[in-house]
Amino acid sequence: MGTSQVTLESLLQFPEGKEILTCLQCGTCSGTCPYGDVMEFPPRRMVAMLRAGMLDQVFASDSLLACVACYACMAKCPRGIRLTEVLLPLLKEQTLAHLSEVPAELQKALQSTLRYGNPMGEPSRKRAAWVKTASVPIRILAEDPRPVDVLWFVECYTSFHPRCQDNSRATALLFHKLGIDFAILGNEEKCVGECARLTGEPGLFETLVDYNMAVFQKYRFKRVVTSCPHAYSALKNLYSSIGFHWELEHTTPFLARHLVRLKPLLVRKLGYIVTYHDSCCLGRQNDVYDAPRALLQAIPGVRLAEMVHNRVNSICCGGGGGGMWLDTYYKAKGYERLSERRAKEAAATGADVLAVSCPFEVSRFEDAFKVLGYDKRMVVRDVTELLAEAMEA
Amino acid sequence: MHILVILKMVPDVVEELEIAPDGKALNTDYLRMILSESDDHALEQALLLKERHGGNVTVVAFDAPEVDDTLFAALAKGASRAVKIVGAEPGMTTSGAGRLLARILVQEPALLPAGLVLAGVQAIDDLDALVAPLLAHQLAMPYLGIVTRVALDPSGETASVLKEYPGGVRGEFEVRLPAVLGIQGAEKPPRYVPVAKVRAAMKSQKIDTVQAPALTGGDLRLVEVLGMNKPQLTGHAEMLEGSPAEVSSRLCEILAGRGVF
Repeated sequence: MGTSQVTLESLLQFPEGKEILTCLQCGTCSGTCPYGDVMEFPPRRMVAMLRAGMLDQVFASDSLLACVACYACMAKCPRGIRLTEVLLPLLKEQTLAHLSEVPAELQKALQSTLRYGNPMGEPSRKRAAWVKTASVPIRILAEDPRPVDVLWFVECYTSFHPRCQDNSRATALLFHKLGIDFAILGNEEKCVGECARLTGEPGLFETLVDYNMAVFQKYRFKRVVTSCPHAYSALKNLYSSIGFHWELEHTTPFLARHLVRLKPLLVRKLGYIVTYHDSCCLGRQNDVYDAPRALLQAIPGVRLAEMVHNRVNSICCGGGGGGMWLDTYYKAKGYERLSERRAKEAAATGADVLAVSCPFEVSRFEDAFKVLGYDKRMVVRDVTELLAEAMEA
Repeated sequence: MHILVILKMVPDVVEELEIAPDGKALNTDYLRMILSESDDHALEQALLLKERHGGNVTVVAFDAPEVDDTLFAALAKGASRAVKIVGAEPGMTTSGAGRLLARILVQEPALLPAGLVLAGVQAIDDLDALVAPLLAHQLAMPYLGIVTRVALDPSGETASVLKEYPGGVRGEFEVRLPAVLGIQGAEKPPRYVPVAKVRAAMKSQKIDTVQAPALTGGDLRLVEVLGMNKPQLTGHAEMLEGSPAEVSSRLCEILAGRGVF
C-alpha cells in the first residue's frame, strides 16, 4: 500500500485488511499488549476505530510508537488476525508519516540502517572487524568464495556492539569445535531489516531485501544460520516469498541439532541457576521454545528456573519494532521500561544468570539490572556464551 | 515565495577517511559523500517556511558521488525542483564556487528571482563559511550567517532573522529580501523522509542538469594543496601504577618537575 492515502476502502481491498471485519472486540489483544495500558488507542480500540472509518484519528495518534512488535496480541487473537505481522506495521507506516517529528534516536537508527547497513551508524567497512578478536579462524566469503555449508549471517549488534560480540566469538568457537564448514559475508553483510519493517518503514525494508538477496546470489552455500532472531524471522517469513530458498536456522536450533556431538565438549561444570528469556521473534513468532532450553540443560551444573511469564506468555524486552531506539521517548512519556519489568521477573526466580538468545537483549537487560541494582547478583549471558564457557577446561 | 537552497556533498566521516597515494587528497576508492549537515538544516528551514507561507523550494547542488540520492530525498521531503551542476572544475576555491554559483543562478531559467537563498553556514571540508557571503556579494544581496531562526514578514519584503554569537548571545535582525542566509540550525531537526517516498520520487520526478559555464579569471585555483596528513600521535598518557603512596609520590615528582609547585 506504500505511503499513498490509506482509506477504509483501500484497507478492505486487501485480505489482511479485511481481517479486521472478523474482530470480536474481545480485547484480548489490548489485555496482553505490554504497553496496552499506556496507549491512547490500544489494539482492540484501534481496530474498532478503523472499522468505523476513523482512520485519521488512528494515524494522528502516536499510540503505535509504543508497539514493540512482540507478537503477543497476534499469538492470543482468537480470530487469528495478523496484527503484528501485517496490520500494525501498515498503520505504523502512517503514524510515522504523520508524526510532526520522528523521535531523534529512531530517526538516526533508520537513516543509519539505510546508509551504513546497521542502525548504530557504525562504518560499514568495519562490520567484520570483530573477526580479528575471535579465537578461531573465520572465513569471509569475499576473500575466499569457495562453496560453504553454513553461511553464518552474523547481523548488526553481534557485529558491532562490544558486548554482543561475545556472542559472535562464542558462536565461532562452537562452530569451529563442532567442525562446521562455515563462512560469513563480512563487510558485504547488511541488516536484514526486520525492525525497519515493523517500525513502519517498508521502503527501507525493501531496499535491504534487494541488497541482501543480490549478495546471497553471489555465493554458493547450503544453509543460512543466523545469531539474530529478528533476521531469522524476516528471512523465514518474508524473504522466503521473494526467492530466499536456502535452509535456515537460528543458532540455538542449529546447535541443538548437534547436541550429541556438542555435549561431550561441555566439560566444565558451571554451577549456575539459569532462567531463560524467550525472544519474541524466536518464541511467539516462530515456535522455537525447546532448543535453547535443551542447550542450557546440556551444560553440566546448570539448573533451569522458569519465570512467571515464559514461552508464549513471555514478556518482551521492549526492543522490537523500533523500541530499541525509543527508550528516551518512552522515558519522556513516563512508560515503564519493559526490560526492567522483565528483569524483575528474572530476579524473582533466584537465578544467577538470565540467559538470552537475541542480541538486543544483552544490552537491554544488563542496563535494566544496573538500573534496578541487580547487577551484583545476576548476569546476562547469551546461550552461546554459556556453552562456550562450559567448553573451557 | 521562491526559496533557493544550495546543497553541498562533503566526505562522510563515519566511514574511515584514507589519504590518496599522492598525499594531497582523500582516497576516493573508499570515500563516501554525504549532505553537509548545516545544508540539511538549510533545506529543513526552507521547507518549514514553505509550509508556513506557501511558495516553492528549489535545491541546487554541484555534482558529486551520491548527490542524486540527496536531491531525490530533497524532492521527497517537499522541494519542487532539483538542479545538479555538472562539469565544474574539481578543486575549485571558495571564491570560484561563489562566482560559479552566482553565474548559474543568474543564467539558468527560473532559479531567480528568489526571495531567499539559503545555504548551510559552513561545511566540514573547508570550514571557511565563505561561499554564501561571496554568493551574496555576487548577487548584490544582503547576507547574514550563523542563523538559527527565520521568520518572514507577511508583506514578503523583509525577514526577521536570529543570529548566534559566542557565549550564548543572540541577535535579532531585520533583513530586506531578497537575501542570502547562512543557516547554522533549522528551528527543528531535519525531518525524516520514508525510503518509499524517496523511491517514489526517483520514479516520478527528475533532476535538472546544468552544465557549469567556463569561468574566466585567475582566481579559480589560487590555493594549492601541498599535503594532507592524518593526525600524528605526539604523546600519550602515562598511567601511574603502584600503591597509593607510590602513586602520590610519583605524582608529586611530576608536578614539581613541571614547575607546578
